[in-house]
This record gives sequence, structure tokens and C-alpha cells, in this order.
Amino acid sequence: MERPEAEPLGASHSCQTGEAEPGTGPAEEEPGGAAAGTMMEDCLSKKIEITVSEAEKRTGRNAMNMQETYTAYLIETRAVESQTEGQCSPPDSLWRRYSEFELLRNYLLVNYPHIVVPPLPEKRAEFVWHKLSADNMDPDFVERRRIGLENFLIRVASHPIICQDKIFYSFLTQEGGWKEMVNETGFQLKADSRLKALNATFRVKNPDKRFTELKHYSDELQSVISHLLRVRARVADRLYGVYKVHGNYGRVFSEWSAIEKEMGDGLQSAGHHMDVYAGSIDDILEEEEHYADQLKEYLFYAEALRAVCRKHELMQYDLEIAAQDLASKKQQCEELATGTLRTFSLKGMTSKLFGQETPEQREGKIKVLEEQIHEGEEQLKSKNVESREFVKSAWTDIERFKEQKNHDLKEALISYAVMQISMCKKGIQVWTNAKECFSKM
Amino acid sequence: MSAGGGGLGTPRALPSSGPRALRDMPHPLAASSSEEAASELTPSPDLLLPRSFADKDLSLPNGTPVDTSSPASSSSLLNRLQLDDDLDGETRDLFVTVDDPKKHICTMETYITYRVTTKTTRAEFDLPEYSVRRRYQDFDWLRNKLEESQPTHLIPPLPEKFVMKGVVDRFSEEFVETRRKALDKFLKRIADHPVLSFNEHFNVFLTAKDLNVYKKQGMALLSKMGESVKYVTGAYKLRSRPLEFAAIGDYLDTFVLKLGTIDRIAQRIIKEELEYLLELREYGPVYSTWGGLEMELAEPLEGVSACIGNCCTALEELSDDMTEDFLPVLREYILYSESMKNVLKKRDQVQAEYEAKLEAVALKKEDRPKLCLLFRRGMALPEVSNSSIILTVTSLEEAGRCEPPKIEVYLLEETKMSRLVGTVFLFWCPEYCTLEWSWLILRTFRWALQKCPVFG
Repeated sequence: MERPEAEPLGASHSCQTGEAEPGTGPAEEEPGGAAAGTMMEDCLSKKIEITVSEAEKRTGRNAMNMQETYTAYLIETRAVESQTEGQCSPPDSLWRRYSEFELLRNYLLVNYPHIVVPPLPEKRAEFVWHKLSADNMDPDFVERRRIGLENFLIRVASHPIICQDKIFYSFLTQEGGWKEMVNETGFQLKADSRLKALNATFRVKNPDKRFTELKHYSDELQSVISHLLRVRARVADRLYGVYKVHGNYGRVFSEWSAIEKEMGDGLQSAGHHMDVYAGSIDDILEEEEHYADQLKEYLFYAEALRAVCRKHELMQYDLEIAAQDLASKKQQCEELATGTLRTFSLKGMTSKLFGQETPEQREGKIKVLEEQIHEGEEQLKSKNVESREFVKSAWTDIERFKEQKNHDLKEALISYAVMQISMCKKGIQVWTNAKECFSKM
Repeated sequence: MSAGGGGLGTPRALPSSGPRALRDMPHPLAASSSEEAASELTPSPDLLLPRSFADKDLSLPNGTPVDTSSPASSSSLLNRLQLDDDLDGETRDLFVTVDDPKKHICTMETYITYRVTTKTTRAEFDLPEYSVRRRYQDFDWLRNKLEESQPTHLIPPLPEKFVMKGVVDRFSEEFVETRRKALDKFLKRIADHPVLSFNEHFNVFLTAKDLNVYKKQGMALLSKMGESVKYVTGAYKLRSRPLEFAAIGDYLDTFVLKLGTIDRIAQRIIKEELEYLLELREYGPVYSTWGGLEMELAEPLEGVSACIGNCCTALEELSDDMTEDFLPVLREYILYSESMKNVLKKRDQVQAEYEAKLEAVALKKEDRPKLCLLFRRGMALPEVSNSSIILTVTSLEEAGRCEPPKIEVYLLEETKMSRLVGTVFLFWCPEYCTLEWSWLILRTFRWALQKCPVFG
């Protein structure tokens, strides 16, 4: 299955040129679309219906045995077939809190580094305009978070690969002991240290160009969406102000109508329309928050993209180090064997100063080195394979992600436009009504 | 140049001009006003939006049409509030425009003059066309003159006279243009006014090359100011204000307040809209930037950016229209209401003066000559109704209490105001209190009064 369109990030089948260093073979572009298509059939989301239906405030004791308030969310799952058969079996349900979702996601990140793992809704309210509360306990925030968590679960369940994960399944179905189960997998130990990753990013010499481009893209995407969300919040603020001031008209018209005779009725009804106008902004802006949430999801997705790129850089760096190591050992071996010094080395110096080694010693060293070289070559081969596998599967998922992104954002923009149209139509309606009142005066 | 420029001479009484004879006017102190007056003095003048503001397919109600047959009736005061200056085009024979503002820099001051162009077929004007230059001062002078000469008319308002020099630039294009439009409207209103347009001062204003010469012939500035100050300041002690004027006064107070509030709200809305516009202008381009990053999404994102740009343009137009069309109308009506309050104050003053005069007259009756006369209460005096003398009597029974009975002689003047000219005190003389005797004495008395030019 051919890629439907050439995208800048996937277009270049970059072959690593330069040194014929092992470990950086050409990245193969395999049509992952077809495979993904067939895999969708097996997706968990086709089999069960997942909803996060409720949110509840709870109090409890945290790790430091201090009292805290948190919100718990009810996850309901219901098998799809049972519905098609006409039966309506009661859903299985359990309660989870946000920190457990985070645990799940971290687990997935560590165990599936080549997957663009769907993001969670924001931990704290950001990009708020002044009427919106920044309080985590605020009911509107909780509601939007509930929707976000549901969205997260559905995305994971729709992903052909991670939906099959057992830990994910038990997250949905097993209430007690899930946390212990996750920790027992020891995934925290597998996690790459941040420091290591940072080091790799700086030092890697030949990463796959596509990943470099992707990294730039995700950085820029993150920056542009944050900017957009910030400005949007300000725009919402100002629009709110404009609408609300019109409410003052309502009051004045009402007072004015009291002293008028023929104009009284007209003014009174016009005033009423002004009040309606001023009140309509609350609903409008609430709807717009959904649009903002959709953008936010992709803002956080950018971070997930970057994580994949980082993993690639880490693996690539590992590979390069291993190759370098092997090369230097080979060189050492050669030097010992031929007795020549190609490059300056401490060994050479000391041997010059303190005399050369005996042939037996040299033989011993050569043998050790040869063993190491052999080991190293094996390791390098497997690392190479690993890396190539990673690049292949990661790139497949990235392509899948790109399609998803384009589709979702298009939908989001369309619904935003529809929202705006409806808002303007409402405004026109109100003003037409007011105009009628005025002309009847 | 002589005052008034071509052919003015003494102002003639023109057919449709001049205040109506006061005999036709209901006395403001009359207890029962005629029905006509009452209905025309209803406290809700029809406020109309100027034609330019309305949609073509909306027809604005015209309210009470200007009564051209008796235009000067003071009870049609409120009709002057109508903004509908689109009279039937065929009846208009006087067209005035204000345009072409120019800045003049002199040693003493800098000021702006406007060109006032007149086209007319009226006989009162020597030439069919005139073009003169006038400055704001001249318009102000004209308005004051009109107020003086037609005190019962509501003169259209002028734009604000004083502007704070630090805050507003008097010579900025916007300010000058707004003022020019208001002055244009002012003159057009007067030109369309069936009475005011024939005013001699208006004529001079439109035609004289040098208005200052003419101005000097009028009242000295100081005394004029003194008078206008007198009219404007001070509350007058009135015995009672007639109901309708009190109602109008109350209405105007509230009306001006409400209009002021609406004006402030409108300004606030414009301010908020501009701030919203500011943010929108930043919002649109971000979508463009994003579009630059994407491939498939580039077009839709660019589209959104373009739409937002359109919204910005539309919003800008909206705010401009509000400022240019809506706010000036509100301000105009606030000024109109202030004018009207002044008129009411003048009316109050007239009433106060009248009452004062009545009191003064009442005090003076002590000095009148006393005559002895016998009289009886409740006598009909048929002959008196034909003459201009009214006699009123107090009853003998009442008289006994504190003061002697008296006859008050009123002279009924042309103005229908009756003036007390004398009081006659009566002595009680039993042998003469017969009707016949009384009639004879009264007739004699009346003959004597008529012969004697004591009241004039």
C-alpha cells in the first residue's frame, strides 16, 4: 500500500552516507498501512466499549499518611457483542484516580518506546482565561478531564499494538492489586535515565534524518500550539467582555422605557434581547473549550513524538559507541600483532620506556582482545538489528500517527468553524430581533 | 458693507413667520388647558433616527408632521425635536451646505473656518447663490441671536463649544470633520425650519461677507451674556408649576441621564471591541505559522487564518460605524434636551416675573381713590360685558368681618390679561341699598371711569 501523499517528514528514504560504519543501514520503508489495517480488526476497541462515566471527590490518606482530597473516575467496560445480540449486560466498572492513569502511561512509554503513546489530559489547568477556574477541583475542569481520560483509554484501545497489553487490560478490569502488578514488572528499572538520553542527543553523530526532522517538527508544533492556545484564551477573554457590556444596554433600556409612552414597549423588548445576547457568551465559550482541549491533546502528542525520537537517538548513540569501541579494539589487536604503533598510545610509550613485553604476554593479550572483538561483533550485529527494527516499527507508528493527526485536526477545525458560524447566526438573530423592536417603536 | 447686505431693510412680516398672536395661545397659568394643548404637550417626543442610519426597506414612523399652516404655535415646541429633515423636496427652496474646512493662522490665534454655501430661490435673498466663510464663533452668535429672537422655539444644538486643549486636538482631521458635519446639520435644520429659516439673522449669516460688522450692531456682548446667564442660572420661586411643564422637566432629567448612560455604554463597547480586535490580529497569523509546518493541514489552517483576518476587517468597520453614526446622534439629543431645559427655565422665569408683578400690583391698590358707593351682592352687570371694564364685588356679608366691602375694577386689555386699575370701597348705607339706586350709581360710576383717562 503506497503512502497516499508525500509528507516532508517521511519522504526521504535517507540512506546513511559517509563512513561505512556498521550499524547504520538504510532505513527501510515498509508499507505499514496494510499491516495496520488488518491489525485494526483485532483492536480492543472493537471488542469492548470503554467509558469513563463519572467523577467523584474522595478523601483518603496519601503516601505520607496525610489527608488529601482527590477525584476518582469510574471506568466502565462492556463487551460489544453482548449489545449486538440484543442483550444489555451490565458493564463492569471500577474506580481509578489520575495518578493510576499516569502509572499506566509511564509503563506503556517504557515498554513500547517505538510507539507514539497517547497523552493524558493536562494535570493542571493551563491556558485559562479569567472566567475559567484554574482550580483542579472545579467541576468544569473535572468534567473536561473526565472526557480527556475517556479519550485516552479509547485511543490506547484503538492502537493495534498497545491495546493487546495485559497490564492495560487489567487496568480496565482488575480493581485491586493492579498497582502492585505494574510495579512488579520492574518497568521503572528499564526506563532510560534522562541524563543518558540528553547525553545521547548531543553526541549522536548519525541519527536517521527523518527522526531529526521529526524532532524539529514536534518542537515547532509544540511551540505553535502553545502560542495558539495562549492567544485563544486572550481572545476568549475579550469577547466575553464585549458581550457582557451589552448587558448594560438591557438595564438602561428597561429604565428608559419606564419614562416613555409610545417607545416604552419597544425599548423594553429590545432590552430583553440585549440581556439574551449578553448571556449567550457563556455557552459559546464553554463549547470553545472543547476545541481548545482537542488542540491540547496534540500539544501533548508532540511530547510523545519527541520521546520516540529520543529513544532512537539513544539507540543510535549506543550503536555508535559500540562500533567505536569495536573499532578501537580491532586496532589495538592489529597493533599488537604487527608490533607497529599507528597512533600514539600510552602502551606504546610505556613499552618504549620500560621495555617491550615478552611474546607470551603479547599472545595472551591478543587472545583476550580477539575474544572481546568477537563478542563485540556479535553485540554490534544484534544492536544493529535492534536498531533497524526499532526504526522500522517506530516509523510505521509515526505514519499511523500522522494520518490520525491530520484526520483529527481537520475534524477539530471543521467543528470550530461550525461553532463560529452558529455563534454568529445567534448574534444576527438577536440583533435582527432588536432591530424589529426598534422599528416598531 | 451695510448691515445685512442687500435689500433687507426693515424686516417685513412674512406670511408664515412671526410668533402667533398671544391671544391664540393658551395661558400657561390657565387652570384648564385646552385639549389641543394638552395633547401636544405630552412628555414623549418622538425621537427619530436620521434617514442615513436606517435601512432602506425599513420605513421609520414620521410621528407628528410639522404643521406648516400654524408653525409658530408654541405648543408645537416639541415638534421641533423631530430630526426628520427630509421634507418633501419640492417645497424646499433653500439649500445650505457646510464644507471645506481651512486653517487660518493669525498673530493672536489659530482657528478653522468653514465654507457655507447657499442656493435659494427665495425673494428674501438678493442673489440665487452665496458662498461665505464662517468660523465656529459665528455659528454660536447665530444660535444666540435665534434664541433671543425666537424664545419660544427650540433652536437646534451646536456641537460642543469647548474642548480641553490637552485632551483633544482641535485641528485633527477627525475632530474638524466631526464638527463640520454637526455644523452642516445645524444649518440644514434651520434652513428647513419654516419659521427660523426666515429669521433675519440667519439671512445675514448666510449672505454677509463680513459678519463682524453686523455683529457689532447687535447687543453688547456683556449684556447679552448677562441675560443668558440670567436665563440659565437660578431656580425661580414659583407658586406652582403647571403640571405639564413639571412633567416635561422630570422627563427631561431622566431622559438626559439615560442617554448619557447609553453613550457611555456604547463607548465602552467600542473600547472592548478594539481590545478584542487587537487579540484577533495576533490570533490569525498563528494559524498561518502552523500551516507552514504542515503538509495536508496547510490549506485548512491558512483558510482559518484568512477567515480571522476577514473578521478583523469587519470588526474594524463596525467600530468605525458606531463611532461615526451612532454616538453623534446620542450626543445631539443630549444637547437638544439641555436646550429644552433652558427653554423651560425661561418659561419658569416668565411665570415668576408675572407672579411678582401681580403681587406688586396687588400692593399698589391701596393708593387708588376711594369712592362711596352702595352696592349689593350678586348683581348681574349685563352692560359690563360689552365694555372693557369688569367689576367684581365682595359680598356685604363677607365685608363685615375684617375689611369694608369693595369693588375692584379690572381693565380687560387686548392681551386678554386683566389689569387691576382701581378699588372702590363701599359704605353701608341702609336707606340707599335698593337695586335701582345701585344701578344708577354704578352707571354713573362707569361713565365717570370711561371719561377719565386715569388708566392707560
